[in-house]
Amino acid sequence: MTTHVRHLRGLTIATAVMLTVSLALVFFYAPLDAEQGFIQKIFYIHVPLAIVSLVGFTLGGAFAVAYLRTGNRVWDMRSYCVIHMSLIFSVGGLLAGSIWAKASWGHWWVWSEPTLVSYLIVILLFCTYQPLRFSIEDPERQSRYAAVFAIVCGAFVPINFIVVRLSTQFLHPRVLNLEGGNLPNSMKLAFYTSLLAIALLFATLMRYEMAAKETRIETRRLRRRLLGDDALRPLGRSAAPQ
Amino acid sequence: MRTALAILRKDLLLERRTLETIPAMAMLAVVTFIIFHFGLNQNQVSGQLAAGVLTITLLFAAMLGINRLFVAEREQGGFDAFLLAPVDRTAMLIAKATALFLYLVVLELVALPAFALFLAPPHLGSSLPGVLLILLLSDIAFAVIGTFVSAIAVHTRARDLIGPVIGLPLLLPALIATARGIGPLLTQHASGSPPAKWLAVLALYDLFNALLAYAVFDFLLEE
Repeated sequence: MTTHVRHLRGLTIATAVMLTVSLALVFFYAPLDAEQGFIQKIFYIHVPLAIVSLVGFTLGGAFAVAYLRTGNRVWDMRSYCVIHMSLIFSVGGLLAGSIWAKASWGHWWVWSEPTLVSYLIVILLFCTYQPLRFSIEDPERQSRYAAVFAIVCGAFVPINFIVVRLSTQFLHPRVLNLEGGNLPNSMKLAFYTSLLAIALLFATLMRYEMAAKETRIETRRLRRRLLGDDALRPLGRSAAPQ
Repeated sequence: MRTALAILRKDLLLERRTLETIPAMAMLAVVTFIIFHFGLNQNQVSGQLAAGVLTITLLFAAMLGINRLFVAEREQGGFDAFLLAPVDRTAMLIAKATALFLYLVVLELVALPAFALFLAPPHLGSSLPGVLLILLLSDIAFAVIGTFVSAIAVHTRARDLIGPVIGLPLLLPALIATARGIGPLLTQHASGSPPAKWLAVLALYDLFNALLAYAVFDFLLEE
């Protein structure tokens, strides 16, 4: 068994439990927001999705550093999977944020909110990760270039947030800010629980993806050993490491 | 350093003899100004609009140069020759970034007069030093990021597509700072000195990118 299949069942159960607990806390324990009412509950999904995906993007850069240092293909696979998963989460976060913006500010998109804008730029940048991989045929070069790109983009995330924040003349009045800590304790508890739940979901899904990819590679290797090279269809072009 | 100078001299000589890149960049810039004139239906632009028109035009013209930066190396085996030579690989980054920087400076020597002629922004003359300072700083960002992007894109199948697609988001912070820095200089009541905030952002972004490109560029030249 490869490393990524181990503990997978335990992790899955923990994720399911954590998600249930966090949803229960969000809907039954955390109080209704005085100004926004029920729609504010989307905050408990949107913000964790955004935070987890941004951490994931940065992590993709860190794994890419490990790949370039060690040359071990498993780091390339990790970097690929973590960025892939972050992209999915970030699109979810963007959609949830858009719904929240429509409900609380009356617009689907608000340019004066720097966090939103920088988040969009980061997503646009990482959307090019897979086309880039796909357009390089040699697998070794594909991994190396993707790693370099992931490092630059991972470092780009914080810089981009700073610059976009500077470009906004007035900061939107923040209903809930994490730094100020003007969240009541019951909301805080619900928020941190959902953050943990979403992070666990991220880790679980990523491990499933890794396990699936590794199993496919392993199956291919075994088929080649048993049936010979002719039994295998040639590998097509792929953005994923294979 | 000597290697970098040799490559730079080769690039400039090639450009002077073939005139492939710079004339195309300058032409594109001039045509884009004319398109903006008709698209916006204005004889004169000012303030943030003028800054935006200038920044976007220079960006698209720069993209042409960025796309072509490594094409000669790729097509004529220059990469292999460079890898065979016992020289520091950073020399390639320095030489190419300098070449691109020089292309951009030449481009602006053409584009700024054309901009003043066709779109007549107010106070361009009196705030010229500030505009030039900001443009120089943004050229450094364009040159460094452009070299990095071009080095990635040249080995891909769809290099003309991948270059801009990767490059634009990476350049966005520099574009924001350039457009916002030039904007106040071209208003009716311009003070003439560029906003210090955006100069600082541009300088820091240049530094950040230069360090990052220096750190990772070697990996793009391995075989």
